[in-house]
Amino acid sequence: MRIKTRYPLIVGLVIVFAYFYAQNGIVATSVSFSAIQLALPLALAAMVGVMCERTGIVNIGIEGTMLISAFTAFFLGAIFKDTVLGVLVGIFTGSMMGLLLALMAISWKMDQIIAGVILNILAAGLTSFLYRQNYSIAGTLSPIEIPILSDIPIAGAILSFHGPITYFGIFIVVALWFALYKTSWGLRSRAVGEYPSSADTAGVSVIKLRYLNVTIAGGIGGLAGAYLSLEAVGIFERGFTAGKGFTALAIMIFGRWNPLGAFAAALFFGLAQAVTSQLMIDEVVEIPQQFINILPYVLTIVILAISAGKVRPPAAEGIPYEKEKA
Amino acid sequence: MKRLPLSGVLIPLLSVLVAMFFGGIMIAVQGINPLYTYEVLFETAFLSFDGISVTLAKATPLILSGLAVAICLRAGLFNIGAQGQLISGALASAWAGYYFVGLPKLIHIPLALLFGATFGALAAFIAGALKAYRGVHEVITTIMLNSMVIAIADYLASTPFKEPDQPLTRTPAIQDSARIPDIFGIPFGFFIAIAFSIALWWLLRNTTTGFRIETIGRNRNAGWYAGISVKRVTILSMLVGGSIAGIAGAIETLSITGRFEPAFNAGLGFDGITVALLGRGNPLGVIPAAILIGGMRAAGSTVQFKTGVSPEIVDLLLALILFFVTAPLLARLLKRRHENVAITSGWSN
Repeated sequence: MRIKTRYPLIVGLVIVFAYFYAQNGIVATSVSFSAIQLALPLALAAMVGVMCERTGIVNIGIEGTMLISAFTAFFLGAIFKDTVLGVLVGIFTGSMMGLLLALMAISWKMDQIIAGVILNILAAGLTSFLYRQNYSIAGTLSPIEIPILSDIPIAGAILSFHGPITYFGIFIVVALWFALYKTSWGLRSRAVGEYPSSADTAGVSVIKLRYLNVTIAGGIGGLAGAYLSLEAVGIFERGFTAGKGFTALAIMIFGRWNPLGAFAAALFFGLAQAVTSQLMIDEVVEIPQQFINILPYVLTIVILAISAGKVRPPAAEGIPYEKEKA
Repeated sequence: MKRLPLSGVLIPLLSVLVAMFFGGIMIAVQGINPLYTYEVLFETAFLSFDGISVTLAKATPLILSGLAVAICLRAGLFNIGAQGQLISGALASAWAGYYFVGLPKLIHIPLALLFGATFGALAAFIAGALKAYRGVHEVITTIMLNSMVIAIADYLASTPFKEPDQPLTRTPAIQDSARIPDIFGIPFGFFIAIAFSIALWWLLRNTTTGFRIETIGRNRNAGWYAGISVKRVTILSMLVGGSIAGIAGAIETLSITGRFEPAFNAGLGFDGITVALLGRGNPLGVIPAAILIGGMRAAGSTVQFKTGVSPEIVDLLLALILFFVTAPLLARLLKRRHENVAITSGWSN
């Protein structure tokens, strides 16, 4: 989002919220609350994309990373009756998926789109083969009441009482933004994503940094998966991620590969979904449920079509790095 | 592209074996004998006349969806949308199959196939046009279109096209005049699929259109410099791919299912990706790949009945096959240079 459009957009959102709040306060806050819940997995998944692409690796396997992590998080959480352990397992699984992508894309120099698609199909195959019914977890991660925040009238009801992964996720977004733009790691990562050979000349190990970042990003994807199965709903089903990993790529592009921008875009997606569901419940509009469900997909395509050509992805993304031979 | 004489056959074959080895470990972990499982699988799929008949019926849509992916791969496009295009075609042909009454078979079947092809192509056109004119990556658009087509088809089968006076979400059965017959126990659609494979192989080899497709597939810039309209060829390739996927759905509807139900056709388009890559993007290579995978699909439930391995083992095997056939690991083990299929072109070029 450009600076020019950012402020009118925020003002517009506030006016719209105020209007709905005047109509029905409880509904307006509950819609905003669920918008955050819908946005969070998208935002985390978009962070995976941002982190990979900023170092020059296209990760289209976010969907599979989330799916298989949601799976391992849920089943190990259920077997050991320990939800927190489940979250850690999810993060670990995700980082292993990241490592596999790094292996295929960096070391084997495979086409990165194909490598990502392989991750997705492997995850779908493994989870549907190993899926068993009749497992349940001890309980979803319980919401946290933020001390002072929860006393503030409207904001408290919207921003407090989310689960731990939600708050940790928001922390990750901010931390990633800070790390990318304010630390030497970030500068190096961005250099590797834009112009790897000059980063190499400056003494940055392109291969190592790419491996590191793609693996850590995978862990974030694993957290997003754990959020879905352990915090949001507390179940796992086959094909449970329902395209969120792909929508996240559109969100990443919409947010111009910037963590904060992507977070704003994710909130927009979450809000759009939450508002439409509410309109359905209120029977203001009568749209078949199927059309409500495709809203995020339509938005994804529309956003990509609009932003294409106007945004510039990291210059070196998708290209395997090879040292020039003297 | 210099091809070594055997690598086109050897690598796919080896990747199937390696995938079966790792799949076997997963089966053994469950306490079931993997060798027995595979024995049952191959016996059921390939060693009896009935088995072969079912295998070829299952292979028919896979050949076509494999072609839908393969032709786009040749143009440097990764068409993940065969699933949506196939469902679009299946629903359109089901509609044409029940709506038109009193047509002779020779008109009704081609008409229904044409409906399938048109609506399959329509789903692909959106992705092709967005790629050509807006530079939106086709992988994302086709995946999004898959979900959209599935939802829309679900709506259409549950409301406007629903069979009246019964609770299920499904269209009425197609007329007898639209039903594709079997020939000597083998579905006629199989021969249609083979004909498409040969036609596409010929098209790529011997026509200027084929040459244009191959050229932009290897290097879009070179194609542009050579005066090829990259936009038109991109859209054309997607249209060809989409219409073939649509025909896959149509044949499945007109010869197997006889109507449209949202649960039908699951995974046929996605298997097309594995078929296309296992067949090395070659329209003729797609045929044996589809027969192999069709056989696995055909035997899935018998394998479960006899050994207790869940039929999703096939999904796992296919994923592993895809991994090994595309990973250059095997090629490197064989000390042969790997040909990377280059399709990554950034999100907005």
